[in-house]
Amino acid sequence: MTGRGDGPEGEPQGPAEGEPARAAHVPGEREPNRAVRVSGRSVKVSGRAPWVLVVPAVAGLVFLVLPLVGLVVRAPWSTLPSRLAEPHVLEALRLSLVTATAATVICLLLGVPLAWLLARAEFPGRRIARALVTVPLVLPPVVGGVALLLVLGRRGLVGQWLESTFGVSLPFTTAGVIVAEAFVAMPFLVISVEGALRAADRRYEEAAATLGASRWTAFRRVTLPLVMPGVLAGAVLCWARALGEFGATITFAGNFPGTTRTMPLAVYLALETEPEAAIVLSLVLLAVSVLILASLRDRWTGAATG
Amino acid sequence: MSLHARLVVERPAFRLDLELDVAPGEIVALLGPNGAGKTTALRALAGLAPLAADGFIELDGQAVHRRPAEQRPVGMVFQDYLLFPHLSALDNVAFGPRCRGSGKAEARRLAAELLARVGLADLAKVRPGELSGGQAQRVALARALAVQPRLLLLDEPLAALDAHTRLEVRSGLRRHLEGFDGATVLVTHDPLDAMVLADRLVVIERGRVVQEGPPAEVAARPRTDYVARLVGLNLYRGTAAAGRVKVGELLFSTSEPLDGPAFVAFSPAAVALYRSRPDGSPRNLWQARIEGVERHGDNVRVHLTGPVTAFADVTPAAVAELDLTTGREVWVSVKAAETHAYPA
Repeated sequence: MTGRGDGPEGEPQGPAEGEPARAAHVPGEREPNRAVRVSGRSVKVSGRAPWVLVVPAVAGLVFLVLPLVGLVVRAPWSTLPSRLAEPHVLEALRLSLVTATAATVICLLLGVPLAWLLARAEFPGRRIARALVTVPLVLPPVVGGVALLLVLGRRGLVGQWLESTFGVSLPFTTAGVIVAEAFVAMPFLVISVEGALRAADRRYEEAAATLGASRWTAFRRVTLPLVMPGVLAGAVLCWARALGEFGATITFAGNFPGTTRTMPLAVYLALETEPEAAIVLSLVLLAVSVLILASLRDRWTGAATG
Repeated sequence: MSLHARLVVERPAFRLDLELDVAPGEIVALLGPNGAGKTTALRALAGLAPLAADGFIELDGQAVHRRPAEQRPVGMVFQDYLLFPHLSALDNVAFGPRCRGSGKAEARRLAAELLARVGLADLAKVRPGELSGGQAQRVALARALAVQPRLLLLDEPLAALDAHTRLEVRSGLRRHLEGFDGATVLVTHDPLDAMVLADRLVVIERGRVVQEGPPAEVAARPRTDYVARLVGLNLYRGTAAAGRVKVGELLFSTSEPLDGPAFVAFSPAAVALYRSRPDGSPRNLWQARIEGVERHGDNVRVHLTGPVTAFADVTPAAVAELDLTTGREVWVSVKAAETHAYPA
């Protein structure tokens, strides 16, 4: 998060370059373990890292990266463009992007106020509410899908009423996909925003109040801009989680091409019939995730340091 | 009275209870040690701390203590200013007018005018992160004044500044405060800030007023040990009769005719130290032991114990000549003309 902060911090040290001999020599000889600053970059001269930590650390890194490398290596690069242009791939990709974005918007609209309530308001049962919010985080997504069916399904508690009153049925529709994704992804947003709200200095809200701001105005014009890095980080996590959602989606919304078959579902399906297509689809998912992360990273670290 | 209030705030193991009256244009400093309740008093005035049932706040004859903070005609400058980091200096100042119903253009016009008044017209577009401490303080002041308050509150307005800029900012602040026609209450633990900025001091200890009055009077006639330490005087409580004040076994001559409970105060500089008993009157004279010696400006401050504890300021030459070291017994005398007594 501090990647950007290092830049301007390094600059003022430029002029010190003119007298490195005095700065580095004398104290350097007495204290060989001291961190010596060389033109803005800090070079830490210290004992070697213990192998008990280094070996598992490297193994962990390899474990995380190797499958991705495998994906890239085994990708059928020659037929890639034609496979990507296939209508069912584009369809699944479009559906995934649309539903994940819609789910994120829903999560923002409901999750940010919920995070505010958990972080700021005093009400009985707040601790329990907080614990409940995190349940979807640890719940197996398939179980989430079953639970959604029981509540929002055609014969479900709320679903029955939705159907009889509005004629709306969620299961096995694109809207159902969005509901399933939002259900699974919202805790990521809530936790991230709540953390940012707790870390934010509440006295800014008091300052706003003395200037005549109602609590809503203070939230909109002061608190929200202050916690925006946390909101963005939460939204990215939430979006990524929604994009990859599989279990709840297939349970609650089914697997219909064009309406509920999102990328992860398409990958799973393709793996049985044509593995190469599965690799291509996976590669697309990977690329999209990396792209979004990279493009948003700058913006949210910039906001965090500024 | 512009402000007429009784501030009662109850906390576990702490109760603030003080009456406060401030005339229009008057600047009152709440002075007190840490934890005395100064900031709590300010927060109660602003509506950020709840007032107990027997407290009240009247501004220009109107009760405001039932209103929430955002509906009180009060401007506040916070200790570390709390300028909104995501808004420019101009938008920080325009924030209040916007919240109180001004249009965007109108609010900005007013904000620009206020920034110009505190000499920051050319920094309007700058974010708070790029302002110096003194500049941030002036933006905070402009922001508080932008809501056209009837009561201006300043919480330790100079505490966030380093000693170097403090001097300059202090006199600038005094000038800006003089231009404000409402009541001003500022909180500080620095007696110098209070003396320079305020027309009247209200000293608080443990949630209660222990002394109030014009700065010169408080400085000359402290009524508690805390105030005496602040203004740098030795202070004792005794009983006066026939031109003398009896403090324990000691007798102090004074020029003031007094009877009954009285305070005796004198400056450490009025104290003279001797190795052997000096000739003359036994009044204002006692024997003490040196408990500590420390530098104090150009002089040396000697801490004395004995029938009373006292501070004496002597020259480094005297320290050398008399060999004033810790543990040594000395005779202490105070000139009668520099001893002030007043009713307790």
